[in-house]
Amino acid sequence: MKNSLATFLILAASAAYGQDNLMDMLEKETAPTTDYISQTFKGTRLVNGQTIETKGKGEMEFIFAHRFGPLNSGAYELFGLDQAYVRLGLEYGITDKLGVGFGRNSVDKTMDGYMRYKILRQSKGAANMPVTVTAFANAAIRMSPKKEDATYSITTEDRMSYTSQLLIARKFTQSFSLQLMPTFVHKNTVDSNVENNDTFLVGAGGRVKVSRSISLTSEYYYRVGIDEANPYHNAMGFGVDIETGGHVFQLVMSNSRGLTERSFLTETTGQFFDGDIHLGFNVTRTFQVVKRK
Amino acid sequence: MKKLIFFLLVVSSFNSTAQKFIVEKSFVSFYSHAAIEDITAENKNANSIFNSETGEVVFSIPVKEFKFAKALMEEHFNEKYMESEKFPKATFQGKVTGFKKDVTGAQEVKAQGKLLVHGVTKEVEIPGTLEVVGGKIKLQSKFIIKLADYNVTLPQLMWQNIAEQVDVTLEFTYKPYEK
Repeated sequence: MKNSLATFLILAASAAYGQDNLMDMLEKETAPTTDYISQTFKGTRLVNGQTIETKGKGEMEFIFAHRFGPLNSGAYELFGLDQAYVRLGLEYGITDKLGVGFGRNSVDKTMDGYMRYKILRQSKGAANMPVTVTAFANAAIRMSPKKEDATYSITTEDRMSYTSQLLIARKFTQSFSLQLMPTFVHKNTVDSNVENNDTFLVGAGGRVKVSRSISLTSEYYYRVGIDEANPYHNAMGFGVDIETGGHVFQLVMSNSRGLTERSFLTETTGQFFDGDIHLGFNVTRTFQVVKRK
Repeated sequence: MKKLIFFLLVVSSFNSTAQKFIVEKSFVSFYSHAAIEDITAENKNANSIFNSETGEVVFSIPVKEFKFAKALMEEHFNEKYMESEKFPKATFQGKVTGFKKDVTGAQEVKAQGKLLVHGVTKEVEIPGTLEVVGGKIKLQSKFIIKLADYNVTLPQLMWQNIAEQVDVTLEFTYKPYEK
């Protein structure tokens, strides 16, 4: 009798064990997956500069960016609103990692073309990667001044500049991301009395999400080893990102008016804390031009 | 007597594994019909175990593995609605009633249990069919999920794009689970 009671208990226990652990069994049978972290930032621009984000495969993004004149230009200029600098741009995702884009900025009538490639993706789970890393490179040509208006015989080479960036970002929590941007800018022709052809910069920026669709951003670029004679300032900016469906609105404040890398990274004329603040916005609209399946 | 107990134990443990079935192929999709656009997404990475003896069934769906036609939709689905970094899995833990192992052809069954979506667990009853085909079991099920039941909220601007409820389809093919 004792034996059969023991048998019964053991059987009952093993049956109960089996029931409770069907889910555990499923967990064990399911191969561990790698969770890739997405949406470190809302868009491809932090304030003026780039983020690690790339467009999805087959996505086309139209970027309309705009900067007013400086706030401290007074009531006569309606605190900068009478002036406007515009960049119109398109960016396309060839793959989820590789993107190309081009645009034209009214500042110095600059046209730029660029590529970005996501080298590493932040992930956890089966494969652990602490950061997302994107390489960015652009080439830009200044169409201003016209050949006949130039003070010297200007060539196409003189008009060119190149920027390379390594963008390194980590999404620490759902609402907090940081990015570092070591950057190199080369300008073919400069006034050598005041600046060098090559500029190294270290940038840092971040975002804090305040709600599901709104986040605050900031960025700062420090130019390394700049001479006393250089009249320009380090670029900084703050923004508010508002996302609604396929649109991202970014309202920004920055001491730069230019919207291509050369001009805001190396030729920022304003001093933020003296009131040389340009209000502006970036509006992006994303279209899926090629369906993914 | 001791031999008999040992025999019983061995048989019972043998039995309990032989009655379990694990997913060989899975397909989960959902469909949302709204004023501006219809949205569908598919997921082939769900896993499930079915115990044909007790009727117990569990399944687990990795939320991030839902594939959409538009990359931005997928991003919003994960980031804004499902918060899939916080709630990576949707799971079900329940019991099937009405399944007879020796019957051929599709059988109407019901599964009762706990459905976990977006961190919210609800007691649900899911209708479906089960069919035994050559030692394998096929499960098919269609049911409706109301987003509000699982605290999935839609911003005002998006209500015309996303329906308040979605149709979910499950198709699992099970093979005997051996270990």
